[in-house]
Amino acid sequence: MAKNIVILGGGTGGTLMANRLRKLFDRDEAEIAVVDKDDRHIYQPGLLFVPFGLASVDEIVRPRARQLHKGISFHETGIDHVELEADAVHLENGTTLPYDVLIVATGTHLQPEETEGMIGPGWMEKVFTFYTPEGAAGLAEALNGFDGGRLVINFIDLPIKCPVAPLEFAFLADSYFHECNVRDNVEITFVTPLDGAFTKPVASELLGSLLAEKNIEVVTEFNTGEVDGVGGRLVSYDEREVPFDLLVTIPLHGGADYVNRSPGLGDALGFVPTDPATLQSKARPNVFALGDATNVPTSKAGSVTHFEGELLTENVRRFLAGEPLDASYDGHANCFIETGFDKALLIDFNYETEPLPGRYPTSLGPMQLLHESRLNHLGKLMFQWMYWHVLLPGRAIPGISPRMTMAGKKAVETNA
Amino acid sequence: MATIEMTGIARDPEGFLTDPAQWNEDVAETIANEAGITELTPRHWLVVNYMRDTYLSAGEAPSIRSLGKESGVQIKELYVLFPKGPAKLAAKIGGIPKPHGCI
Repeated sequence: MAKNIVILGGGTGGTLMANRLRKLFDRDEAEIAVVDKDDRHIYQPGLLFVPFGLASVDEIVRPRARQLHKGISFHETGIDHVELEADAVHLENGTTLPYDVLIVATGTHLQPEETEGMIGPGWMEKVFTFYTPEGAAGLAEALNGFDGGRLVINFIDLPIKCPVAPLEFAFLADSYFHECNVRDNVEITFVTPLDGAFTKPVASELLGSLLAEKNIEVVTEFNTGEVDGVGGRLVSYDEREVPFDLLVTIPLHGGADYVNRSPGLGDALGFVPTDPATLQSKARPNVFALGDATNVPTSKAGSVTHFEGELLTENVRRFLAGEPLDASYDGHANCFIETGFDKALLIDFNYETEPLPGRYPTSLGPMQLLHESRLNHLGKLMFQWMYWHVLLPGRAIPGISPRMTMAGKKAVETNA
Repeated sequence: MATIEMTGIARDPEGFLTDPAQWNEDVAETIANEAGITELTPRHWLVVNYMRDTYLSAGEAPSIRSLGKESGVQIKELYVLFPKGPAKLAAKIGGIPKPHGCI
């Protein structure tokens, strides 16, 4: 009899898992269902470019159902809750989906209401986030009319999706104002709760010096307690203030709402406690999770989800066959970091190894790690095509292993 | 308040205990004192104990956000009780290793 595999979320992780599993199992071996509340699949890395007029929202959104291969059913409705004891998901439209294997891939969601004042007066007028299509489009208009003053870029606390994106925004803003010939009239300030530009020492040093070179001021260890959109002030819990004319903020992130309505599934923030090596949830052996929805200690990023997808497909197969799980996921992540003026950096790392300089994917290149280059920027642009045509259909990217390799990387001494 | 001689207690360069088993309430008060907290009130203890219990049972110290949601003390008050970095300072006073922020 066919097993029921239910996948919650039709974003990066849910889509690539559904497609990979559909290829692995015949129709009489497994039924595969995907649930999502809407039919808008957003290419999220593209949101960074929208405020600068380098992409439009239409270009980065496609229907979710169309990314799913034949033989996968798509339920367009919200999720009410998961009943772990009954191995069933209750949907908002009244349907109940029983499962043999559940895959949680509902990502992470913005919680602007958790920060005092953020969505009060001034929201979407001089306080924006580019992490939603609406916010990114609103910001494009605001930047278009901005010819001088204080631009502040800030994130409230980790975890956030793509933790380098706020830095990329700062670099691109610098580049944008230069091109508009108003850079001298704009003060750019990067406000972070961390004690440096980034979480990992070698990359933090390099990114910190890039910020200095570009005349972007950095305010560290700033834990935002309040956003005053009318007075144009960011206020920290220890009562420091940073004034702004335009604030680009990344709100707090949490798991999907239904996780909190599903007893035993998530932690206090709505993320699913997950084994970092096998991606099996701690909630139940037949519940797995990948991507931004988990609590595993690596970046919340599409590359992570992609690398996890290959291992998780194998582990779903092993679980259904009664074999021991493969415990080899290493936290591999990589990302391009836009640095403005048509250049980008590339970083590659995992749970244990921080981003290091060198070449990628091997010592022959062609990409350079932790080094600004035009080729890296072109790589980032090309990636959008790869996303829709290689990553979501569940194919491997040629030459890129799901496990991180040290080939091409150079060890570095740091002061940190 | 009681401060004690800290010799024999292993600490990292930032002052975090490297072995949570060496902790006791006098150690907590001494570390609090070093950090400028003159007295550990019941509100302080609520947070310190929550921090320590979570670490010992889950193997990981809670973040400031989880503390604000689950310790019974809101984030604003956490900053009053443990100035500058509540999660770090409460971990230090609770005798557990420095919490490593996520990525």
